[in-house]
Amino acid sequence: MNAPISIEMVMLLAGILFILGIAGVIIRKNIIFMLLSVEIMLNAAGLAFVAAGSRWAQPDGQVMFIFILTMAAAEVSVGLALILRIYHQHKSLDIDKLKEMKG
Amino acid sequence: MILTYLIGILMGGGLLALLLGQWNKSLPKWIALGTVSIGFMLLVSFWIDQSHGVNIFLSETWMAEYRHDWIPAFGISFHLALDGLSLLLLVLTFFLGILAVLCSWNEVKERVGFYHFNLLWILAGISGVFIAMDLFLFYFFWEVMLIPMYFLIGIWGSEKREYAAYKFFIFTQASGLLMLLAILGIYFIHGSNTGNYTFNYFELLGTTISPDTAFWLMLGFMIAFVVKLPLVPFHSWLPDAHSEAPTAGSLILAGLLLKTGAYGILRFVLPLFPEAAQSVASWAMLLGVIGIIYGAILAYSQTDLKRLIAYTSVSHMGFVILGIFAFNELALQGVIMQLVTHAISTGALFIMAGMLKERLHTRDVRLMGGLWTQMPQMGGTAMLLAMASLGLPGLGNFIAEFLILLGAFKANVWLTVLATCGLIFSAIYSLWLIQQVFLGPKKTPDSVQDFSWREIILMASLILSIIWLGLYPQPVINTARPMINKLEKLFVNQSTNNKHVNNLHSTICIEHASSTASFSNTIKLV
Amino acid sequence: MDYLLWLIPAFPLVGFIVLALLGKHLSRFWIAIIGAGSVSLSAILTFVIGFSFLSSTPTGGHYSQTLWTWLEVAAFNPKITLYLDALSLVFVFVITFIGALIHIYSVAFMAADKDYARFFACMNLFVFSMLLLVLADNLLLLYLGWEGVGLCSYLLIGFWYENPTNGYAARKAFIITRLGDTAMAIGLFVIFYQFGTLVIPDILALAPSTWHEGATIATVAALLLLAGGIGKSAQLPLQTWLPDAMAGPSPVSALIHAATMVTAGVYLIARMHVIFQLSPIVQMIVAGIGAATLLIAGFSALTQYDIKRVLAYSTISQIGYMFLALGLGAWTAAIFHFMIHAFFKALLFLAAGAVIEALNHEHNMFKMGGLKNKLPVIFWTFLIGSASLAALPIISAGFYSKDQILWYAWASEHGSPILWLIALLGAFITAAYTTRMMVLTFWGDAKTSVGHYPGKLMTIPLIVLAFFSLFAGFIELPHNFGQFTLFSNLLHQVLPETVLKAGIHGELLFQLLALLVTFGGIYLAYIFWYKQPQRIEKLKRSAPLMSLYRFWFSGWGFDQVYQVLFVKPIVFIANINKNDVVDKLYQGITTATVHLYRLLSFTQSGSLRWYIIGLVIGAILILSIQLML
Repeated sequence: MNAPISIEMVMLLAGILFILGIAGVIIRKNIIFMLLSVEIMLNAAGLAFVAAGSRWAQPDGQVMFIFILTMAAAEVSVGLALILRIYHQHKSLDIDKLKEMKG
Repeated sequence: MILTYLIGILMGGGLLALLLGQWNKSLPKWIALGTVSIGFMLLVSFWIDQSHGVNIFLSETWMAEYRHDWIPAFGISFHLALDGLSLLLLVLTFFLGILAVLCSWNEVKERVGFYHFNLLWILAGISGVFIAMDLFLFYFFWEVMLIPMYFLIGIWGSEKREYAAYKFFIFTQASGLLMLLAILGIYFIHGSNTGNYTFNYFELLGTTISPDTAFWLMLGFMIAFVVKLPLVPFHSWLPDAHSEAPTAGSLILAGLLLKTGAYGILRFVLPLFPEAAQSVASWAMLLGVIGIIYGAILAYSQTDLKRLIAYTSVSHMGFVILGIFAFNELALQGVIMQLVTHAISTGALFIMAGMLKERLHTRDVRLMGGLWTQMPQMGGTAMLLAMASLGLPGLGNFIAEFLILLGAFKANVWLTVLATCGLIFSAIYSLWLIQQVFLGPKKTPDSVQDFSWREIILMASLILSIIWLGLYPQPVINTARPMINKLEKLFVNQSTNNKHVNNLHSTICIEHASSTASFSNTIKLV
Repeated sequence: MDYLLWLIPAFPLVGFIVLALLGKHLSRFWIAIIGAGSVSLSAILTFVIGFSFLSSTPTGGHYSQTLWTWLEVAAFNPKITLYLDALSLVFVFVITFIGALIHIYSVAFMAADKDYARFFACMNLFVFSMLLLVLADNLLLLYLGWEGVGLCSYLLIGFWYENPTNGYAARKAFIITRLGDTAMAIGLFVIFYQFGTLVIPDILALAPSTWHEGATIATVAALLLLAGGIGKSAQLPLQTWLPDAMAGPSPVSALIHAATMVTAGVYLIARMHVIFQLSPIVQMIVAGIGAATLLIAGFSALTQYDIKRVLAYSTISQIGYMFLALGLGAWTAAIFHFMIHAFFKALLFLAAGAVIEALNHEHNMFKMGGLKNKLPVIFWTFLIGSASLAALPIISAGFYSKDQILWYAWASEHGSPILWLIALLGAFITAAYTTRMMVLTFWGDAKTSVGHYPGKLMTIPLIVLAFFSLFAGFIELPHNFGQFTLFSNLLHQVLPETVLKAGIHGELLFQLLALLVTFGGIYLAYIFWYKQPQRIEKLKRSAPLMSLYRFWFSGWGFDQVYQVLFVKPIVFIANINKNDVVDKLYQGITTATVHLYRLLSFTQSGSLRWYIIGLVIGAILILSIQLML
């Protein structure tokens, strides 16, 4: 139980989480799920910070995680509010239908 | 002090016109007329004072100077000075300024206040360009005249005004930036040479620059000025800008804005980079000659009256370049005459085009014809102006073109012969213009009015000045002479002694009796 | 008398200014008074000054008056200076005297025209410019007059401007003469740099010491001046404008395109004779051009049906004689022929104008005829003019002037049998076309009825001119008629004597030959166009003759050649380049920018997942590059 988990493992986990997040953002059509995926990416980054902090025995990693946490909270509140407005206006959360630029 | 007043009243008058224009529609034009007239009278009385004094004939070149620190940290000062060339062009600016206000008297009906604000600020910018002796200040005024002009074309122009305004702005702005680079270049070179970082024209004059650098810096200035002039192949903004601008805009563009280009070459390119200028002289002359003929042929094929006149400007400005790069007194005096007379004759043609448009609501010459019957006065005036533009002796343009060609003949025989052939083409397009508009069978059914009194005054003043310049151009020649002599000495010294002239002032003080190589020693052709 | 000189050109100038500014408000009476009066005053003044000149030749052989310095730049300081010597006196006399007569004639001739004031304004301006041309003491002032007369010619050819063909003729005249003028301007540059001055007497004095005979530079200068003369005087190859110039009113043709302006080239060459003498080649060219022109124009005159075009071609031909004389070094003979020609050709044009007006603007000679009894005054004056033109021996002035030229063509040191033969052939043709014109117009059956008859104001100038066309010749008799040479005595103050070949005699024989030829020409025309017109019909059936006829009729095809060689290409280039090919370059830059922007805006699709994919790929790329390095 106390066997230390190697830093490489944690980093791998963080990497997998991050890639999952990216994949989610790219694949998903629903904005809410995209927001969720962004959260996953943020948490992956946070996990990497914490792990790195414990590896170097520095508090900075945890400080960064708290920053990320607050930022994520702020982001989610703003993002959800926007999504709400979008839903009110367009009656849809499908990103492809909401696209207005023609390119 | 008179110099600051001149610019001050123009800018102040402009602001006043803008403010009062909110309440009253006719007040701005009276304010504009008043301001420009006051400036004009101030200048003319100054000119008369000066010509009574003896100093106009001596090498005492600078008649007035004003200097005040502006941003001393960078060596920038508010430095204005006036010599013969500047004086002539300033008088011209105010003279055409009055006419510009008069010819837009009834034409402009919307946003009158803002219109006159722009008009006066353009004039202020142009006046500033002609008297600024600090390169930074010069650049500042260069921009001041550009932006109001952009508005003038873009807001009060005709159908394709936005396109024309953009084109005008981009051409002048892009070339202006090159000049800014060159100004900074010479600023830093002079600074690192002497430890004195300054934009002062007189101090920069003596800068020693390695020939390669000098060439590129000269090119920076040159491009800005020849775009403005314009020289083929940089002329393509001009027909659009001229034809789309309101009448006063075309008048100022043709009469004054183009002259700033020539002025810049005379004031900055030649004295700052005499050797570099000489190295491109034959190319510049060649382009000038191409411009003369190319512009004339294009003018002939145009159907839009204002475009036609615009291309004649291209042709006439070719003479200016030809003359400047001949580097001798005859040609340079011719250049000054050309600047003045072209401003008057082409300006008058643009005013006339505006009057025709007011009456016929078209600029297409194919729709005109036979107007002489109804408007003999305008027809006669147009005939005289066409003759001026084809260089009929007795009118100012002839003196100018003859002097330029005579001077250029000394510098380059074959190019001058080609340029002289331009006189034939100018006859072709001028007569074509008259034929299309005033002669032939009548094409417009409705009757049109001949000149009104306002228009008679406008045209009479222009015509009288052009005849005066054709028969007795000596006042202009005398006024410009000290400046021209100085310039010529710069090049005579170079070619005869083949040594670098360090300071323009030194050439005035030290009278090289031998090196002046007076013209009277007849130059043998063969 | 010096101080009065400025008044001679000043009167017409004042007339012009008053008429141009106030013409609208003046009554016809006052317009006529001012228009004709100003020139008449000049004529009277010329008589006064001329009399004083002749009675006591001034020191240096000239009057001169400096009015003001035109401009002064470096060593270039042309002045507005009038200069009257024997040569300019002859010209001033012709210009003002004939000018006044033509103005008086015009008072009646133009009476019905709506642009009465404009007509007289232009005519006065013309007289002013022409006077300035011949009175100028420097070449720049001469050039002012030179271009000024060109302008007036343009204005008056296109006087009836509603008709576009008149406008075309006017432009053609102006532009073709401008070709010559441009060459002349270049000549002025050359001369200025050679002598450091444009003052004519100084140039003439300096030239022999500066240039040796046959110097290249002398040839260049002479050729350039000659080009100017050719343009103005409608000589080969720039002669094509003059026949079209007949679009103007008849008094204009008489004054400008017969008596004065077209002889400006003759004046210029005579004035600058020193330069031409220094270049024998150019002098030969002058003679050659004169000879060729007189023949070509003569043949063309023979085929025209428009009476004014006959006269126009005849003018070209007669000026050809003057050029021939100049080329031969027979300076005074050229000027003498100029003066006599001015009298009889002005007379012929004015009389032709009267005929045309009498027949309600009928120009076609084949529709005239039988006017002998209907218009007796015009008939007799026309007959006298024609006799002079055909050089009818002894009684006509034309004989005395043309005989001199014929004689010098043989006897002068530059003369040659070929030139003489050409001149003789020219005399034959002249007699033929003159008789043809006379016969067709005045004899035979009347084909058009006479509309109205010319009044006294028109006939008196005709009679005066007829008097001079008859008797003016007596001031200069052929050498074998006794040594009575008033005219050349006067001119020899300015112009050198003609150098004859050694051992030439038999002048009488040549006169008899010329006489024979003249009568031959008259007889031929009499047979063909009056006695046995069926012969003409027979000739018309031959195809080669008809094509020759058409070739001559069209003025030897010069117009067509110029049209193809110069006019069409220039118009073509101008038209395809109407939108300015240089502008395309800048358009190209704009288009390229727009394309680039289109390309880039493609990436901005608005689709979030593409952005993210882009981000990820970018990040991977950067990382892998960093890892690899």
